[in-house]
Parts: sequence; C-alpha cells; structure tokens
Amino acid sequence: MSAPDTAPATGGPARPGGGASAAAGRRPSGAAADLRLLRSELALVLSRRRNVVMLVVLALLTALVGVGVDLATGDADPGTGGGPPFLASLTQNGLFLAFASLTASLPVFLPLVVSVVAGESVAGEASSGTLRYLLVTPVDRTRLLVTKFVATVLYAAVAALAIAVTGVLVGLVLFPVGDVVLLSGTTASYGEGLLRLAAVTAYATAMLTTVAALGLLVSTLTEVPVAAMSATAIVVVLVQIMGQVPQLSFLHPWLFTDGWLRFADLLRDPLALGGVGDGLLLQAGWVVVLLGAAWARMTSKDVTS
Amino acid sequence: MTAAAGAPAAPRPGARGDVAATDLDDPDAAGALAVATRGLTKRFRGGQVAVAELDLEVPRGAVYGFLGPNGSGKTTTIRMLIGLVAPTSGQVRLLGEPVPEARARVLPRVGALVEGPAFHPYLSGAANLRRADAADRTVDPRTARRRIGDALERVGLTAAADKRFRVYSLGMKQRLGLAAALLRPRDLLVLDEPTNGLDPQGTREVRALVRELAADGTTVMVSTHLLTEVEQLCSHVGVMSAGHLVAQGTLVDVTAGTTTRVVVEARDAVGAARVLRAEGVGAVTSAGEEARGELSPGGPDPERLLIALVGAGVGVRQLRLERATLEDLFVDLTGEAADVRA
Repeated sequence: MSAPDTAPATGGPARPGGGASAAAGRRPSGAAADLRLLRSELALVLSRRRNVVMLVVLALLTALVGVGVDLATGDADPGTGGGPPFLASLTQNGLFLAFASLTASLPVFLPLVVSVVAGESVAGEASSGTLRYLLVTPVDRTRLLVTKFVATVLYAAVAALAIAVTGVLVGLVLFPVGDVVLLSGTTASYGEGLLRLAAVTAYATAMLTTVAALGLLVSTLTEVPVAAMSATAIVVVLVQIMGQVPQLSFLHPWLFTDGWLRFADLLRDPLALGGVGDGLLLQAGWVVVLLGAAWARMTSKDVTS
Repeated sequence: MTAAAGAPAAPRPGARGDVAATDLDDPDAAGALAVATRGLTKRFRGGQVAVAELDLEVPRGAVYGFLGPNGSGKTTTIRMLIGLVAPTSGQVRLLGEPVPEARARVLPRVGALVEGPAFHPYLSGAANLRRADAADRTVDPRTARRRIGDALERVGLTAAADKRFRVYSLGMKQRLGLAAALLRPRDLLVLDEPTNGLDPQGTREVRALVRELAADGTTVMVSTHLLTEVEQLCSHVGVMSAGHLVAQGTLVDVTAGTTTRVVVEARDAVGAARVLRAEGVGAVTSAGEEARGELSPGGPDPERLLIALVGAGVGVRQLRLERATLEDLFVDLTGEAADVRA
C-alpha cells in the first residue's frame, strides 16, 4: 500500500542507527529458525526438574510392576489372577512388561503427565510474563502455538518411551527372554516383538496428542498453569467415565478415549489394523478441532499479563 | 442508529490537527517519526476507556519521556505500540511501518522492556538470554554467543551470568531485561519504567546506558512516573493523564511559557518582600527568613533585584532563581502531585 512497506532497509530516509537490520548478519532460513525455537522449547521442557521427575516416576512404576510380578510368582501362578492384560504372559516373556505397563499407564498416568506439560505451555509463559517478550521478539502467535504443541507431543513420546525402554530392560533382567507368543497364539521372534513394541509406543503417543492439544487449548484460556493442568487432567478422566456409562453409548464412538487401548490389535498375527486406523483418524479429528480452537484464542487475545 | 450513521459525514473537528500535523500516509513525514499514533484508543471489555484518541509523535533520534501517574494509560499504550494489545480504534506506526500488520518486519528493530523484566526463574541469566535469542528468527545463531556475552557485559551482569534468575536481586533482574533488549542493535527502544527497583547506583548506570544508546542514534521511549528521570534524560516529553495525552513536544517547548521563581534569603524577609514588590515581581510572599515571588518573562532583571535588595539594607544572604520544573507543569496538567522519588 504505502511506500515504506516495501522500502528496503538501506533505502528510505536517513535513519539514525540504521545498522539494526544489517548487523543481524545473514538471515537463517525459516526452517532453521523454526528448529532453533523448537530445540529451545524442548530444552526448556526437559530442563524443568518436575518434568524429569515425572519421567523417572513412570520408569519406576514400570520397574515396580516387574519386581512385584517377579515376587508374586514365587508363591502363586499369576496366570490365573486378574490385573491388567498382558500380565499373565509376563512370566513367559519379559517383553510383556513393557506392553503391560503401557496398557496400565495410558488411561491415567501418561495423560496426567502430558496434562502437566501441556497446561504449563502457554499459561506458564503468561504467568511468568515471558509470553509478552516472546511475542514482541516477535514470535508469530501461530508459530509459537505449533512449537508448543510439537514440544508437548515430543515429551509425550519420551514419556511413552521411558515406560517401554524400562519395561524391556527390567524384563531382560527378571524374566525369560526369547520368542514372543502373540495374542493370536502364533510365535514371533524377539526382534519382531521389539518392532511391535515400537509400534505400540508410537500408537500410545498418537493417542496422547489429543491430550496435548486439549491441554494447549486450556492453557491459552488462563494465566494460571496449575488450573490448566488440572482442568485438562479432569476432562480426560471425565471422558473416560463417560465411556463407561452405558446410557451414553451413542456418544462412545466419538469420545477421544475410545480407541486408546486398541493397540492390542498390533499384537495379533496377522496385524489387524482396522481398529488402529479408526483410532488414529478419531485422534486426528480431535486434534484438528482442539488446535483450531486454541489457535483462534491465541491469535485474538490481548496479552495483559 | 440512523443518527449515528449520519454523523461521520460531518467534517472532523480540526482541533486535533493543531497538536499533530504529520500525515501518516505521507511516507517521508511518517518515516521521520520513530513512533506515531493517530486516534489510538483502547476500550476494555467492561467499557472502561484506558487510552483515548492518542496522537503520539516520537521523532527519530529523540529520547522521549512518556510521563504520567500510575494508571494513566502508559502501559496500555506501550502494549498497543508493540502489538500485544489490539487497539479498539486508531493507527500505530513504528519506524514508519504499520503495527500490527508489519510487526514481523519492524519488531526485530525494536527492543522492549514492558512492565518489568520476565524470565524463566529456574534458568540462568545467560540461558534465559539464549532462549530469548532463539525466539528471534532474524538473527544469526552463530553470533548468539558473542552477542549474549556483549549484552551481559554492557549491563554489568557477566559475573552473574550463570546464576539462576530466581536468585537475582530486583536490580539484576531489571538489568537482564535491558540485556535482552540489547541482544542485537535496535533502532528503537521502548523502556517501561527502566529504573524501577534499582538502587541509586543502578539508576545512574541505567541512565548512563540510555544516554549512550541515544548518542549512538537509537531512539528511546522511556515511560516513567519520575520527573527527575525525564529532566535528566529526555529531549522530548509526552504527558499522560487519565488516558489522554495532555502535552507533547520538546522538553524546552513544553516547559516554556512557565514563570521563573525568585527566592531571596534575608535577615529581614518582610523588607525584602517589599523591595521585590516595588521592583515589579509578582505573587510575592514572605515567611521566616525567606521571600519568594514570580518573575514573568520580560520582568525585572535578577541583577537589578540584587542591587535593589542590597541598597535597601535588608541583609541579603542569598538570591536564587528557580526555573519552573516539569513538576509544576505536571501538577498543572494532571492535577496530581507527582511522584518525585529518586
């Protein structure tokens, strides 16, 4: 529109201190700059002691399950007892410790941990005031939101990996190692078992993206991080309760927790991917809706903190 | 509704044009201003008007004191200038470019300290600056280390670079905020209460830093409620009161036209007051051993006053002139006693 919009930094009227643009040196490419911010964001999340402690607790819980089962097998046959699925198979193959722990953690522990990081993301910056400095740097609001989302999802992946890796390692120490008997009764090599564990871990992370998106949305609505964290965790629990109420069965296929435990399908032979695919599609839909709402809020709000 | 729709057809009253004559759509005129706003207004959701019809003009190279009591709308104005808060109406130009439209292009050239420093408490000062630098996509990451070191050095925080932000004193926090604004050369610095919480030594250092930056050609806009700060630092001043800009211009222009006060210390103050009155000094009062009055421009010479006082034998010990201060003006304009601390 007006001339100064397009005027190059070196042209235009005499400008005292005009070295600002030139002194910035060679501009890095957009992608490199985005990666730099993401790295900084991840470092921020992982340098936070609380976030590291949560990872350690998840790993300890996994180890605890292994030790508990190991002690119990001394006096009783765990195969006949209740408990989470896969636990029965644990005494035959240590790899099932990872599967059992992921199954046990996905409904509560993992969403809780992701709620904390996601709830902190924007509200934490707002409450400490760093949000206003990020925005005047300037960081584009959309770019900031995407960076926060990706960092939270990566943290969720690390959390799921912490369980899986601990499960494998403790399993190696305490239980037999060898071919894996899959849920359909066929046998797979230990290597294939590890590949399937990787797939299960990835699926669990995918399920947690909805929690990350939900937490991010709540986090843009408040300047109190703890409120954002607890609200997110409460919604996740509520949705799971709704999933248990028969009167609400018409809603069940649309609840984002509906497909969470379908990863059992990844342990069948041949792979039954229909349920897994539906689960991923449902998550994608929820992520789009929740991130869209977070974006609408983030890009329109006045930052007065 | 129909009546309201008809109103804009009427020509706008010209009163506003007397204060701010620069046409923002004229690129040369707008380019000479580092900060320019027209009719800038913010009405919060409750209907409360925080800032009304502001026409700020900060010339390039100026040190502009943005003065006003707490709650007069300074911070809301600054938030609108740098795109944190959306104006209800009006335009903003920073360095000739419209904000918020061009903020990605113009904000890297603007360093800001808004409502106090804010950093991650559990990161060190240097780590916080690394974080701030990583967010700026227009800088070269390879020079980050040197620029962060230079910024810390400039504000005197090198020794505390690796301490956690949470153990910093208020003054150190404030300096780290300045360091973040100085991570790269800037054309404009917007500093909201930059000496807040600093001890006298820190205050002097920050003011020296601002002078140094201004000498390098950086335009500085300092918001403050401290009159001494404006008098010591600024070439230009804008005075806010209850959301309105009540005065703006060079410090000399804004304080011109005010009267000078003459203060006489004498053994016989009543006699001295009589002499002052006889010489044509206005509003003469006396109390104890002091007589004071106002010298209007074009009034009697102070030299003549002194000769007359000595001649009258009232026992003059001292005669001094007090120029009208910004404080007098401030009280006139805002009807509030200014905060004269520091």
